[in-house]
Amino acid sequence: MTKNNRIIYGLILILGIAAPFLFPGFKLQISFMWLLVVLALTWDVQGGQMGYNSFGNILFFGIGMYVCAGVQIGMFFPLAEWTASGGEETFVHTPTQYFQGFFIGLILSGIVPGIVAALIGYGVLGLRGQYFAICTLGLGIAAGEIAGGIELIGAGQGMTSPPWPKNIGSLELRSQFFYYLCFALMAATFLFLKYAYQTRFGLVLNAIRDNEDKAEAMGIHTMRYKITGWIVSACFLGVAGGLMGNMVGYIEPVEIAFAGATFGVFMVLMAILGGKGTLWGPVIGAIAFHIFKEGFWTFFLGWQYVALGALIVIIVVFFPEGIMGWLRERYPDKFGETVDESDIKAQVELK
Amino acid sequence: MVQASIDGVLLGILFALIAYGMALQWGVMSIINIAQGELVILGGYVAYYMYTAGIHPIFGVIVSPIVMYFLGLLLYKTIINKVINRDLFFSILATFGISILAQQLMNILFGSDVVVAQSNLGTTFLFDDSVSLPNAKILSAAVGTLVAIVLVIYMKKSKLGRAIRATAQNARAAKILGVDTDKVYSSIFGINAALCGIAGALISITFTLHPYVGLPYTVRSFMIVIVAGLGNLPAVALSGMGLGVFEEFADYIFGTEFRIGAVFLLLVFVLVYRRFKLSRKREYLK
Amino acid sequence: MSQYKIKLISMIAFVLMIGLGFTGSPYAADDTIVLGAAVSLSGKYSTAGKHTKNGYELAVKRINSMGGVKVGGKSYQFKVTYYDDESNSGRAAQLAERLIKQDGVQYMLGPYSSGLTKAIAPITEENKIPMVEANGASRSLFTKGYKYLFAVLSAANQYLEVAIDLAVEKNGGKPVKIAMAFEQDAFSQDVRLGILDAAKRTGSKIIIDDKLPKELNDMSATLAKVKAVRPDVLVVSGHSKGALTAVRQISEMKVNVPMLAMTHCDSSSLSKQHGKKAEYALCAAQWHKSLSYSDKFFDTASTFDKDFNAEYGYAPPYQAAESAAALLVWKDAFERANSLDKEKVRDALAKTDMQTFYGNIKFNQQGQNIAKPMVLFQVRCTGDSCENKVVAPTKWASSKLVHPVPKWSER
Repeated sequence: MTKNNRIIYGLILILGIAAPFLFPGFKLQISFMWLLVVLALTWDVQGGQMGYNSFGNILFFGIGMYVCAGVQIGMFFPLAEWTASGGEETFVHTPTQYFQGFFIGLILSGIVPGIVAALIGYGVLGLRGQYFAICTLGLGIAAGEIAGGIELIGAGQGMTSPPWPKNIGSLELRSQFFYYLCFALMAATFLFLKYAYQTRFGLVLNAIRDNEDKAEAMGIHTMRYKITGWIVSACFLGVAGGLMGNMVGYIEPVEIAFAGATFGVFMVLMAILGGKGTLWGPVIGAIAFHIFKEGFWTFFLGWQYVALGALIVIIVVFFPEGIMGWLRERYPDKFGETVDESDIKAQVELK
Repeated sequence: MVQASIDGVLLGILFALIAYGMALQWGVMSIINIAQGELVILGGYVAYYMYTAGIHPIFGVIVSPIVMYFLGLLLYKTIINKVINRDLFFSILATFGISILAQQLMNILFGSDVVVAQSNLGTTFLFDDSVSLPNAKILSAAVGTLVAIVLVIYMKKSKLGRAIRATAQNARAAKILGVDTDKVYSSIFGINAALCGIAGALISITFTLHPYVGLPYTVRSFMIVIVAGLGNLPAVALSGMGLGVFEEFADYIFGTEFRIGAVFLLLVFVLVYRRFKLSRKREYLK
Repeated sequence: MSQYKIKLISMIAFVLMIGLGFTGSPYAADDTIVLGAAVSLSGKYSTAGKHTKNGYELAVKRINSMGGVKVGGKSYQFKVTYYDDESNSGRAAQLAERLIKQDGVQYMLGPYSSGLTKAIAPITEENKIPMVEANGASRSLFTKGYKYLFAVLSAANQYLEVAIDLAVEKNGGKPVKIAMAFEQDAFSQDVRLGILDAAKRTGSKIIIDDKLPKELNDMSATLAKVKAVRPDVLVVSGHSKGALTAVRQISEMKVNVPMLAMTHCDSSSLSKQHGKKAEYALCAAQWHKSLSYSDKFFDTASTFDKDFNAEYGYAPPYQAAESAAALLVWKDAFERANSLDKEKVRDALAKTDMQTFYGNIKFNQQGQNIAKPMVLFQVRCTGDSCENKVVAPTKWASSKLVHPVPKWSER
């Protein structure tokens, strides 16, 4: 690690830890931002590093959310009665119950999506290119529709996640608690991926992206790596989902849990905006996207989705390489690349 | 059950109509158009506004494709031609952006209210009233079949049809041999939009319209094309009907609440099944 | 050194975002009281969201022009901060948080639809922000022990109970056979619970109990069953598209049922869109312009109808009326509390007991309005123009219930 790197990481860490005190009003806003970073980072494992453009990673997000809330409630109370809309009874978690349930739920919300990814991975990851994209799109939407039909988890009614126990700490404590969890999750995801990309694992993913047949011909069991990559994404995404479910306080099958139309698209968009296939791209993309969204969204009042649609088209048509790609083209030497002018010329002529 | 089968077939013809356009774009231009469903809904709104203006909505079947054809050309000239030579993923994403854009513009222009156009065509009853067939559905199936036949013949006989088939086989060779591929592409996109327009007009008199129901139509047409294979129009019709029947039966068996879920799950199963079938020969879906 | 610049940019971006955030406005400037509201301006509820917003706006304008809110001898003006929740519950929750934490809003108005209200309620409750909502009818809102939530409308389970009672009454007090189909969403499922209760109470049997998907446009499977088993009552609820789809397919398939009961007939303008095909359909509504309530701001229900029409160019559906009523409740509570303190205002809200053009308003322990009955109307046509006529409760009935519905062959 170079000196500059250390300074940067240190600064981000300090900023991240101090943020809730510096900007008390924005705790939740920044927590959401960290979760978005996680979404973009995990999508990039498939979309960027592996070249498998997934539209269905939201599946794991939703599963994590339902698992976490389900465990939190199910450990202490009958889940069916909690979610029954006519339920006249009100269940209240004691603080101990709340935290026990929460942490066990959070752990399971990482494990269960991982298992799901492993189970469906062999079938789905055998598809390539657009077939994979559409298949995962189908998975994500089907999951939302099916969750909307299951009574136990509240069906289309949605379910509320357990409220923060009363009598412990001030109002601010809750948002601080979730803030640090989100920050920690983001940091963990980032560091884990940073480490993973430096190992053979990262190289194999890139080899799959560049030419899967050749990678296979070289004796790499590409399927194993693809599934492992998916499991990694699924675990982190699941935990992010579990956190999100608790922060929002209400889980709705198609709009919050399996929110293909919002988070599902956002994660793709953020990664592409930042530059897919890079470590920092998704991070920058997510942060820039969130700022853009929260800062300017409200000015469009009613027109924001028009703006979003236009933004997608513009990004895809004009900036397919994202911010990082643009920077790389602009300052190749900063990326340790040398530009061979004659090579570029030759390529242009070829076209 | 008879009711479900007949309903399914009639519905399937409508799906097939949308899927034709999808197959054309995909086969010739290698573009997967996520905004397909939105084009359908837009076509429906054209018919609906004719209806509110006092014209019988059935004329929408004629007007709507004309309007949509030019809209398709416009879309091609502004956006689609920029993604056509890129990775397929970009066309998916770009058309996805168009789809969001279209939904919201429709929402702003037409409101999010659910609307219906009245055809007042009455209903035909079969087998002692046990099976009822709205004439509107029969009509839409007839129109769908007619359009399909015309299209198949057109593809076989006309000059543009030959150019399209040539481009589909090898765009570069076709270009060298003097086919204006850009023109082929733009007319395909226009034809596709026109087909969607017809389907939309038919949907406006048989079902309901609102700005957010496009995506299921896109996915259905995608699925139909995958099952049928690219560039095989009769098979598209057949698999369209198959899907229609499947859906109606899914309604009865799983309950209506799982209908959309069943459609999407079927998509996943079809894809995964084909993947396993091909992988025995160490091939994959291309 | 390789990615130095990039990281620098990410830092700048981070700081920028924080900088952007400091644009919140104070919640009660010298003479305004700011209420926060997330309403649907885009997405599937955008039309209903517009009704909601127009209702709020009309009431704000009216109250402000009639002297505003008098608290502590000083006159305040109402002002509402709007955000667009995109008809998405996740977004609504996020915006509620934003209104409270960033914009410092102390008093909230509700969004449109039960689902979105359900998403916001945990947040207002946690932050102890009182919310008067006008469009969340789901019963589950009132069983969670929320203390800061007040709803001016009747709960969803009351929507169609009356219809079952009517059917039983017309059947000579004998139990009836009920067929029902409900959309999978918070509101419709609660209407279903109401029917279940009513069925239990009257000993009626439920012979079809179907669920409909959210992207509903075909319910022929359900209707085919209905045709086969011949129930006495068919109940359908699925927002506007449910009502429209049901009537279209019932008329196409010529399904004969003695009674057809639905929700959302006026927001889908059923009587206009389907005309004669919709005739005899029974509909539940929170409010109707022919009701005889009054207050000093809007005078009577029919003058509200007129004023709203003059302002926005269309007749107000009940969503607009109940939204306007929410503002009247706020004004009343502020003045009785004679304070801007949110706790005091909450206590005043809990003690609300007033009449508005929309109906009587009095909250029970759970914040549910218990002083107002639902109305039931039936679509009736003369010639080609169809209208909604109130048939129950009898106090306001402007026409008699037609029962059973004539067969299709006799129409």
